[in-house]
Amino acid sequence: MTAELGHTALIIAFLVSLVQASVPLVGAQKGWSDWMRVAVPAANLQFFLIALAFAALTHAFVTSDFSVRLVATNSHSAKPMLYKVSGVWGNHEGSLLLWSLILGLYGAMVCWFGANLPAGLKARTLAVQGMIGAGFLAFMLFTSNPFVRLEFPPIDGNDLNPLLQDPGLAFHPPFLYLGYVGLSMTFSFAIAALIEGRVDPAWARWVRPWALGAWIALTIGIALGSYWAYYELGWGGWWFWDPVENASFMPWLAACALLHCAIVVEKRDTLKSWTILLAIIAFSLSLVGTFIVRSGLLTSVHAFASDPTRGVFILMLLVVAVGGGFTLYAIRAPQMRASGAFAVVSRESALVLNNLLLSVAAAVVFIGTVAPMIREAIDGEKISVGAPFFELAFTPFMVLLGLILPIGAAMPWKRGNLRQTLRRMAPAAALAFAIAALIYALQTGRTAMAPVGIGLAVWVVFGALWDLLYRAKLGRARFGEVLRRLWNFPRADWGKTLAHMGFGVTVFGISALMAWEVEKIGAMQVGDTAELGGYAFRFDKVEAVQGPNWTAQVGTFTAFAGEEEVGQMQAEKRFYPVQRIPTTEAGLDQGLTRDLYVVLGDKQDGIAEAYAVRIYVKPFAAWIWLGCLIMGLGGLASLSDRRWRVGAAAKRPVAAATTATPTPTAAE
Amino acid sequence: MRTLPRAALLAALMLAPLAAPAVQPDEIMADPAMEARARDLSKGLRCLVCRNENIDDSNATLARDLRLLVRERLGAGDSDDAVIAYVVDRYGEYVLLQPTFSAGNMVIWLAAPALLLMGGAAAVLTIRRARPGAEARTTRASAPLSEDEKTRLAILLKD
Repeated sequence: MTAELGHTALIIAFLVSLVQASVPLVGAQKGWSDWMRVAVPAANLQFFLIALAFAALTHAFVTSDFSVRLVATNSHSAKPMLYKVSGVWGNHEGSLLLWSLILGLYGAMVCWFGANLPAGLKARTLAVQGMIGAGFLAFMLFTSNPFVRLEFPPIDGNDLNPLLQDPGLAFHPPFLYLGYVGLSMTFSFAIAALIEGRVDPAWARWVRPWALGAWIALTIGIALGSYWAYYELGWGGWWFWDPVENASFMPWLAACALLHCAIVVEKRDTLKSWTILLAIIAFSLSLVGTFIVRSGLLTSVHAFASDPTRGVFILMLLVVAVGGGFTLYAIRAPQMRASGAFAVVSRESALVLNNLLLSVAAAVVFIGTVAPMIREAIDGEKISVGAPFFELAFTPFMVLLGLILPIGAAMPWKRGNLRQTLRRMAPAAALAFAIAALIYALQTGRTAMAPVGIGLAVWVVFGALWDLLYRAKLGRARFGEVLRRLWNFPRADWGKTLAHMGFGVTVFGISALMAWEVEKIGAMQVGDTAELGGYAFRFDKVEAVQGPNWTAQVGTFTAFAGEEEVGQMQAEKRFYPVQRIPTTEAGLDQGLTRDLYVVLGDKQDGIAEAYAVRIYVKPFAAWIWLGCLIMGLGGLASLSDRRWRVGAAAKRPVAAATTATPTPTAAE
Repeated sequence: MRTLPRAALLAALMLAPLAAPAVQPDEIMADPAMEARARDLSKGLRCLVCRNENIDDSNATLARDLRLLVRERLGAGDSDDAVIAYVVDRYGEYVLLQPTFSAGNMVIWLAAPALLLMGGAAAVLTIRRARPGAEARTTRASAPLSEDEKTRLAILLKD
């Protein structure tokens, strides 16, 4: 019964989305305010209906209702509750439903918090959201219905792919979708602005929180996925340049560029046309990401062809959304004129450079991801584009970005003085050089990776920090005054500093890990001890363990530094009998300066009780994700800035606003 | 927690070898320098039956065969390039994770630098046009702000 309820709710939601997509749009064109007002109840209703459908599907999963096909193929009665719930979105149909749910939620949020959005912009934005919603709901209803019943329900389900049964991966898709769909909001705002033919600072002020929110969610989502790969896949890799990863990384890069150039529109009323284009590109990349991962197009052209209905539908949606967006852009963009002037040396120029580097970096990822497909389509030649290509072609842009970041971020708006800014950032540069030189001197005959990468990281981290401290007049004012100034900086300033530092921390983690990681592969008997990177690893025992829906062999290892015991690790080899898939769970002892990482392999022939064991010492590995976390926190700090709560601000009497304590002059 | 039948546990132990991660102890070459070369080469070769995985990381039997082949060729005294040529000869360019610099792949390699140049030129133009005093900065073609909108904007920006 619940499944039918969910299905019905989905159908009505589709009909509502059609109304939301058309009535307010016509109203906005004709200036009929009652038609425009339809957008708000429609968006709220759409959210409610999709939430109802989502609840119905969740109910089916939680109660293991195997008469629903999706539950039968993706769940199992013995599965832990967390994975019964995450199984809802651990498949094609359910993930589309989650996507639509978030879309509905965001649409409703525009209604809840958008009380003082101009009526026309609000109506048009919600109408575009309605169109996207209609596309997704139609795709679900006509090709990927999650509520299909089975005539003969099986006694038990087929289980969820064991690799997905992990807390990291349970929350990975929701975060990614929060990001992808957040970019649908900036897209809707961009299209609405194109229809209106006007982009102004107020528009940018509405768009920035969405771009920022989407970026935060993508940052966290990608970090979760990467961390999962690190401990789950069994050799401690954390990024593989896999098409699926790239599909989420491209929108991240685009969102990162977008949130930076939206600042320029808001503050300086220029770069409008580019911001609009970037909003369209960012969402297009999200669509490509969502769909192509789901359609299997990237893994093989044949998987795509095996289910042409879905494929053709996807292609149509892409053509309409992306093609429509670009066409509208081509028609309307020339009308947009910048009003803010800026000198060649200025924050504006620095942000243009930031956008150039991020966009080209995104293009590199895009080209590498689709190239094998295109080459095969052109002359049938099968080629591979993997990690070595991306490392070579992508890294230079990130290095350049890191080099200019502290300078650009410290540059004043409108007109700057390069020499002055450089002199101001000299302490950070000196520190970076000193640390790089120290590392170069200390390490014996190894790559330039560590000194260069870590020098860059120090430059970015301390450059960001020093800029903030300098503006607080550190060393030039009493300490209490410095603290007062730091305290009074807008949260957006803190957010910017934190996010930039987070980027540096991630660069540091990557460089240190790549330069100094050591590993050892060998056959070990229980009781053996292996030495690696200054640690001794003792192989204590192997036990058979029974989990809720898996069995495992668990190897226990104890690590010693000298005589002192520093950690105990449990390396598991799991087996999920329902899907007959083995997985590895690495034994991990995490620390701030190093991760100890042990993987239990096969029993070796010929030697009694000997197992293949891989041991790694991974210096500063945790900093990679720590940096992402700091980036996310920076984004949140910025998002909590009171400027975004324009509703509250606008309602306040103007007099009160002027007499309020003036915020310290931020060089923002 | 539900107890799984003993048969499942047995099956688990029997099938477990499938989970063997990557390079096995018995594959490692005696000479550490040779082994390091083998590892380096393996990282650039694709496991043909996997999705986007190199043979160094892969658990597949075919990847193991390829790893052994690489080590065999190195042992026979081949240079790194000769080993790669040998593998490509047998398995095609598909095995290379880094596309070659051949004519057919030029677009892949040159697209990014070309975009950087084009984008750079566009950026320079934008920046030059935006300079204070630069000519031809006509006012926006779209409708100017109404009085009401101007006050709204002033309030928004003041905050």
